Amino acid sequence: MEQGLRLSHFSAGYPKRQVIDDLNVPQLPQGKITVLLGPNGCGKSTLLRALAGLGKGQGELWLNGEELMSQPFGRRAQRVVYLPQSLPAGVHLHVLESIIVAQRASGGLHSAASEAEIMHLLEQLGIAHLAMRYLDQLSGGQKQLVGLAQSLIRRPELLLLDEPLSALDLNYQFHVMDLVRRETRLRNIVTVVVVHDINIALRHADHALMLKDGNLLADGEPSQVITPETLAQVYGVRGRIEHCSRGMPQVMIDGLAETLV
Amino acid sequence: MRTTDATLLAENGPETDTMTRYRQVLRQRLLLIGVLVLAILASVILDFTLGPAGLSLDTLWQTLTHPDAVDAGTRVIVWDIRLPYALMAVVVGFSLGLAGAEMQTILNNPLASPFTLGVSSAAAFGAALAIVLGIGIPGVPDQWFISANAFVFALFAALMLDGVTRWTKVSTSGVVLFGIALVFTFNALVSMMQFIASEDTLQGLVFWTMGSLARASWEKLGVLTAAFAILIPISMLSSWKLTALRLGEDRAVSFGIDVRRLRLATLLRISILSALAVAFVGPIGFIGLVAPHIARMMFGEDHRYYLPASALVGALVLSLASVASKNLIPGVIIPVGIVTSLVGVPFFLSIILRHRGTV
Repeated sequence: MEQGLRLSHFSAGYPKRQVIDDLNVPQLPQGKITVLLGPNGCGKSTLLRALAGLGKGQGELWLNGEELMSQPFGRRAQRVVYLPQSLPAGVHLHVLESIIVAQRASGGLHSAASEAEIMHLLEQLGIAHLAMRYLDQLSGGQKQLVGLAQSLIRRPELLLLDEPLSALDLNYQFHVMDLVRRETRLRNIVTVVVVHDINIALRHADHALMLKDGNLLADGEPSQVITPETLAQVYGVRGRIEHCSRGMPQVMIDGLAETLV
Repeated sequence: MRTTDATLLAENGPETDTMTRYRQVLRQRLLLIGVLVLAILASVILDFTLGPAGLSLDTLWQTLTHPDAVDAGTRVIVWDIRLPYALMAVVVGFSLGLAGAEMQTILNNPLASPFTLGVSSAAAFGAALAIVLGIGIPGVPDQWFISANAFVFALFAALMLDGVTRWTKVSTSGVVLFGIALVFTFNALVSMMQFIASEDTLQGLVFWTMGSLARASWEKLGVLTAAFAILIPISMLSSWKLTALRLGEDRAVSFGIDVRRLRLATLLRISILSALAVAFVGPIGFIGLVAPHIARMMFGEDHRYYLPASALVGALVLSLASVASKNLIPGVIIPVGIVTSLVGVPFFLSIILRHRGTV
């Protein structure tokens, strides 16, 4: 059986404006993190929402050998989970309750096993001590971890994260990406993450897509996708990839690319 | 704290501990609901015993248990005035509390309520048409004439909110702004009616817009109770979905919930409950706004508890307001709508100030 996510002639956008036009991606691998890179407004979030079935999308999406677009939405929602950039403020629910809700909202049943699963997940994510706190008392990073827990409890095959690091400090950025990577491997999920920080992409991702104006510019391993050429083309900057003393690749930006200034 | 090693070591400890605590919280909530029910009972009894006629407890009890043994006047006061009055406060409170809670959830706005979004104002305009111009639905019996008009207009306003959500696809804050526009429009139209009304009808209209339980009757009580009894189980069936909506609309959709259908069905239930309540007793402000806030503070937002709690708090507050309306000026029953607004405004301001930044 075909593994991973394949996009075939996939288009997405708004009724009057097509943002993503005829996108073809042969395979986003299972058990690995794919980052979606590109400048502001290039259609990353639109693509992610369309993959989740939230925005308008056309074409074919093959997930682990089954076509998603032709499936009823309820069935699709069981396999695909989307975590938006920001979670609502002022919600007076316990962390534990919010995860039970995610589990049960679309008909999941409650049992001793489901309780144990929630507690196990909270411990894996290191937030078991927050279980009885109210959501509106949490910090941005803690909220993001709870959002992740609400997503993982639904056992997705495809996990879509829209800028999960945008409001987080350095420690949490690392922590969240580390956990996403671990859970992605452990649960064999196809995970697609929108990130802005190229160095985070280089460090944590297994696969990368580079978008510009709704078109796919590069697709492959992060080190192949993130090159001085693509940086100039997509972001309009002069950059180089250096390896630090421990061999980690790092992107250095020297200035704006002449051709685009 | 953030590494998982420490928590993994103590594997079973926190797991059972947290679940035990959660079950404790759930038990406490059930207990609180019981306390609310008892408080409502006490308030209803108090409400029932108070009144300008000054009947003794003994007479009241006699009239309840042996209606034939007392004189006709007392029987009318007890059975046709006091009892429906006290019970109407409870059922109207139930309806407005539940409608307010659901409205705040589906519009994702803590300021949403039938009163603030134009449903009450529209009902007042419908009543004004009937009172001042005698325009109403042909064939409706006299005693239902004003209520029927108020109901039609309240339903119309609520369905306009529906329509705006459905067709224009504006954000939920857009719906709230539209509701406020409805308030202003219908208030202006009511003023217009007052301007052209004769002296007699003007008095009737002004009194109607004050919202009073004195309009209670067994028929109205029966209709509203039936509507509430049919609608609250349906609300409870949607409680998981409504709670999920609190995690954000996109997330709820991503959980496989048909949010548009959920929102429409909920708005329809809200429309019926709030339109009936307003049509029967007139606009009673702030119950639909304040009750959900109190319920949220006491119970959190798990809608399995939050919805019934909001209905119960609404009933308790309105019943207590009814008691107050009989005591503020000795021998006079002030329209209860005035009392709820007087008590509601400072209470509401205190909520806003307390929740500064999060609401």
